Amino acid sequence: MNKIIRKEILSENVVKFEVEAPLIARSRKAGHFVIVKVGKYGERIPLTIAGADIDRGTITLVIQRIGRSSQKICALNEGEYITDLVGPLGQATHIENFGTVVCACGGVGTAPMLPIVEAMKKAGNRVISVQAARTKDLIILEKEMQEFSDEVVIMTDDGSYGKKGLVTNGVEEVIQREKVDLCVTIGPAIMMKFVSLLTKKYEVPTIASLNTIMVDGTGMCGACRVTVNGKTRFVCVDGPEFDAHQVDFDEMMMRLNAYKGLE
Amino acid sequence: MATSEQIKALRSEPWREELRQKMKNKERTAIPRVHMPELDPEYRSHNYEEVNLGLNAGQAMTEAQRCLDCPVPTCITGCPVEINIPTFIKNIERGEFLEAAKTLKETSALPAVCGRVCPQEKQCESQCIHLKMGKEAVAIGHLERFAADYERESGKISIPQTATSNGIKIAVVGSGPAGLSFAGDMAKSGYEVTVFEALHEIGGVLKYGIPEFRLPNEIVDVEIDILGKMGVKFIFNCIVGKTISYEDLHEQGFKGIFIASGAGLPNFMNIPGENLAGVLSSNEYLTRVNLMAAAKEESDTPVFHGKKVAVIGGGNTAMDSVRTARRLGAEKAMIVYRRSEEEMPARVEEVKHAKEEGIIFLTLHNPIEYIGDEKGRVTQMKLQKMELGEPDASGRRKPVEIEGAIETVDVDMVIVSIGVSPNPLIPSAFRGLDISRWGTIIVNQDTMQSALPDVYAGGDIVRGGATVILAMGDGRKAAAAMNNWYTVHGREYYPYTVYHHIYYFILSLTGLPL
Repeated sequence: MNKIIRKEILSENVVKFEVEAPLIARSRKAGHFVIVKVGKYGERIPLTIAGADIDRGTITLVIQRIGRSSQKICALNEGEYITDLVGPLGQATHIENFGTVVCACGGVGTAPMLPIVEAMKKAGNRVISVQAARTKDLIILEKEMQEFSDEVVIMTDDGSYGKKGLVTNGVEEVIQREKVDLCVTIGPAIMMKFVSLLTKKYEVPTIASLNTIMVDGTGMCGACRVTVNGKTRFVCVDGPEFDAHQVDFDEMMMRLNAYKGLE
Repeated sequence: MATSEQIKALRSEPWREELRQKMKNKERTAIPRVHMPELDPEYRSHNYEEVNLGLNAGQAMTEAQRCLDCPVPTCITGCPVEINIPTFIKNIERGEFLEAAKTLKETSALPAVCGRVCPQEKQCESQCIHLKMGKEAVAIGHLERFAADYERESGKISIPQTATSNGIKIAVVGSGPAGLSFAGDMAKSGYEVTVFEALHEIGGVLKYGIPEFRLPNEIVDVEIDILGKMGVKFIFNCIVGKTISYEDLHEQGFKGIFIASGAGLPNFMNIPGENLAGVLSSNEYLTRVNLMAAAKEESDTPVFHGKKVAVIGGGNTAMDSVRTARRLGAEKAMIVYRRSEEEMPARVEEVKHAKEEGIIFLTLHNPIEYIGDEKGRVTQMKLQKMELGEPDASGRRKPVEIEGAIETVDVDMVIVSIGVSPNPLIPSAFRGLDISRWGTIIVNQDTMQSALPDVYAGGDIVRGGATVILAMGDGRKAAAAMNNWYTVHGREYYPYTVYHHIYYFILSLTGLPL
């Protein structure tokens, strides 16, 4: 049982929670995720950790309302408890001074990107964040992203805020403008696929953080398997980050729909 | 552990002598072996009720009469946890069922579980004197289950005695059969035991793996509850190596660690189409249905109810998966196995039950490819027909492809159940362990001690995929060895310091048992 200390509505369907989890707060690193379950018959779902406060003994989780389980979590209020919370899971992001790093994220993917942006900046990189959403109201955590980025490029589909266009337009502009040593991308699978295709064209090494279906999150079930460089890998123990240019995103998208209509 | 003297002494008690005199051995061996009452196959293949119903008192007492109470009971040597089998059986014969249960609990932390899922035909019962006389073995497993169930249902559950606390804190990683067995024995010896479990429920494979129609969860919970009453602490949602480290355990004052994290990683065949939606591991399928109760209305976890389901493999987990699929509405539930039925590793009873429930057996068939629709969902499997050739390294006849004999079968779900590999999570978190090329932890076979002197390991993380009872046997062995270690070396021993390594090195030179 983990207590919710603070709840903040970031956008219409996105909620930020600060949750009591002192052990995880201490041991987590950028890129790690947790498994969350609400209620006796709740589903176990993976969520990438968006931040931690060791002194307060809390971690930050950002959740988008999409299905039955995420709705249940989002409905929780301050003072209430998450029934089961376990982590930190997965491999941490490989952080070093690469030079210039572009962090391309979309929608709720901005939340797990935040600790990576922070860690990359602290490692001495020039960090350019490209943050995208459908419309202005869905741009989240802008202030926090500003804090650790040398530059934040905002893209909206409808042009209501920042520049009009997709995340790929923003990334391409940066690549054409200056030398980029690494791109990190987190967001919907389709978005990561197109970021990957773009950076491949420009030969910019790219890391994608994958969010697949999981049950246990510890390597036991294999629900999260993806094909990377022709080999089957488990996102939960081998990932969640992989060389984006080697990931079979089409297969991953089909697997994400495996239980569609069954919830 | 009962020594042969103790076994003899118990056998010489007056009531035992008297009981032996009551019937001639000839009369005892003339009694036919009891049949386990079962639910009707048609009825049970649509629900999760336990298939085996258990013996009644009369059946159990009659079956107990079949046991000859041998002077040298070989059955005990066939039991990985060395239950004093004749003593518990003779207690059943004289109607002292609670005494029988007590005997079981002296060496087994989970008798109601073992009575249900142990392959007794390969262990205790395989050593029974009756077999040497061309008769069927005494139904030791059925009797074990009877005694454990009787005690539980009587409401007079005895809690095994524990020694006065010695204040030594011991950590157990994983709450499956190996961990629970170890925890029970250490608690009996007076240690302060804490079990760390990664999942949100205690029981490991007993909960996520074995279906309720074979092992109801409430039975597991009662046995876990007994361990709790013996002082064992359980911590859920905590992954040693992730949430807390080996060093953290030392900081918290744990002086010994038993790793029983199991073999978590499902194997796949790496054939085309294996990552199509609808192809999943037996671990995933069974976890969804058993641990997450996905088939229940109130559960948020989805599970696909396949109509044409193929389960790849011939082990107990394959049988569990295919029988579960049948219960979830599969019209065609198939086992696909590359050898013949004779080589199947599953228990004979499981195969029999599966057949009764209408499971189709495609033996000597091996999947080579899965084919999907435009949405990436599996719709067909290509099977290569096989024949048996020369025996291979395992002693079983090797399946050989029949050239050109390939058939295509329609499926809407495939469950891959071809074994598991050790979970890499723990071995990678404990620096200094010796790891085999299969990913298992290498231990001293006699003590279960690893290369790290305060770390012992047992169960599937050492064996790479075995049975509940072998895991329990490892737990007992490790507990005895660790207890011995602390008895010899004293509680002040503190592991993982430079001084310790020097001490350990010098000790190893002396040739004394470590």
